[in-house]
Amino acid sequence: MSLVQVEGLSVRYGARTALSRVSLRVEPSEIVTIVGPNGSGKTSLLRAIIGAIKPFQGRVVQAGSLKIGYVPQKLHIDETLPITVSRFLKLSGGVTAADIDYTLAQAGVPELEKAQLSQLSGGQFQRVLLARALIAKPDLLLLDEATQGLDQRGSASFYQQIETVRQNTGCAVLMISHELHVVMSASDRVICLNGHVCCEGTPAVVASAPEYRALFGTGTGGALALYRHEHDHGHDHADHCHDHTEATE
Amino acid sequence: MLDDFMVRAALAGIGVAFASAPLGCFVVWRRMAYFGDATAHAAILGVALSLAFSMSIFVGTVVVALLMALVVSVLSGRGYAMDTLLGVLAHSALAFGLVAVSFLSGVRIDLMAYLFGDILAVSRGDLSVIWGGAALVVALIGWRWSALLTSTLSEDLAYASGINPKREQLVLTIALAITVAVAIKVVGVLLIAAMLIIPAAAARPLSRTPEGMAIAAGLIGILSAIIGLRAAYVLDTPAGPSIVCVAAITFIATSILKGLGRQR
Repeated sequence: MSLVQVEGLSVRYGARTALSRVSLRVEPSEIVTIVGPNGSGKTSLLRAIIGAIKPFQGRVVQAGSLKIGYVPQKLHIDETLPITVSRFLKLSGGVTAADIDYTLAQAGVPELEKAQLSQLSGGQFQRVLLARALIAKPDLLLLDEATQGLDQRGSASFYQQIETVRQNTGCAVLMISHELHVVMSASDRVICLNGHVCCEGTPAVVASAPEYRALFGTGTGGALALYRHEHDHGHDHADHCHDHTEATE
Repeated sequence: MLDDFMVRAALAGIGVAFASAPLGCFVVWRRMAYFGDATAHAAILGVALSLAFSMSIFVGTVVVALLMALVVSVLSGRGYAMDTLLGVLAHSALAFGLVAVSFLSGVRIDLMAYLFGDILAVSRGDLSVIWGGAALVVALIGWRWSALLTSTLSEDLAYASGINPKREQLVLTIALAITVAVAIKVVGVLLIAAMLIIPAAAARPLSRTPEGMAIAAGLIGILSAIIGLRAAYVLDTPAGPSIVCVAAITFIATSILKGLGRQR
């Protein structure tokens, strides 16, 4: 059974339609990426899935007892609120000291336990948010531009971490990213969103879809190349792959 | 022991400090200071209505404070900035309250007692209302503590963990209404917000966790109540404002301590 099933979802803000008749499913332990231009409703979609936005039409069905780990795009911690990283992680309830050590290590920031949340750098903060999402042992991880404020290397290693987590825990991942080249290579399935679902499928299918090219241009072909290159699935057009990679570098 | 008016005053002050500490922390963290002020100002209308219908003042103020919060939440997001909305409602409620009181012929009430509090006149009955209300507020916030904290950090994180931040907001609103009703007798409507904000703000530099800040705010509030009352007795100053002055001096002291800590 699907972890999350979105059926004909429309979201409106006043007169403006952010999403219209979007349907999608996320199956256990798959990594699904949502790409789309600014204002295409990506964040609205995630917020509708967690229940923060009421659908105008359609519905979101969560599997019974689904545990969601959510990493928001941005989170501002007010200076007036003193809170350590370990206290932040304990908010979920039923969390032991061992869980905290393990999860912080898993998120790549084992040394931050006693740090104040408001004093963290952007990259540290994103990883702590990831740790918080992971500590409740979620079935589904939702990431909204989780690598904002990280440099290219930082975000590449962040997504590697996500893949490792998926391998270790078997949780599914639904993420939004604008870093096409990194994300496409790590995803099982890509959904291209622009108010509605333009196209979806494996990274290879989406990257060659005319709808996708209309949105992002052909220049991003390199993303696909990188995908094929790294995973070496033995596709027919291996030659193009190298051409594209060189072109983008 | 309760026969001594100073003992009753001290117990009343401690009761208010007890309830304001955890609530005041949330008021500070969520930037609700002006909201607290507005609710308190509206309470004077509650006082007038209670007297007009000879209800208990506690019930009247709680009802008006809740109505006020309800109106604010309905009207917010309809083209008015929050501070404008609160300014309009708070001061209109205060003005209508003052006008309404003037209509109450036959009832001679001391308006000053409601505006600035009359802690030295606290009766045994008042004490039980204050402590009952304070215990209710602390129990309510203690019960929802984790959910409230999560919603304060981020509404979306709350939704993702199955918490409804709107419901938590309602919990805070109710707690605020009760605290206002309880604190009127002690510091009066004009200084209630001070009892909420100043101890919490003074506790901030001393704390590393939310719980630590709530406890520190409680201790600072209780000390302010005791020292302020003593000072009012010795210097013959008004009691409610004296309590707030002590809290304010504590705030200055902890701010300086924090500054020194940074330099080291």
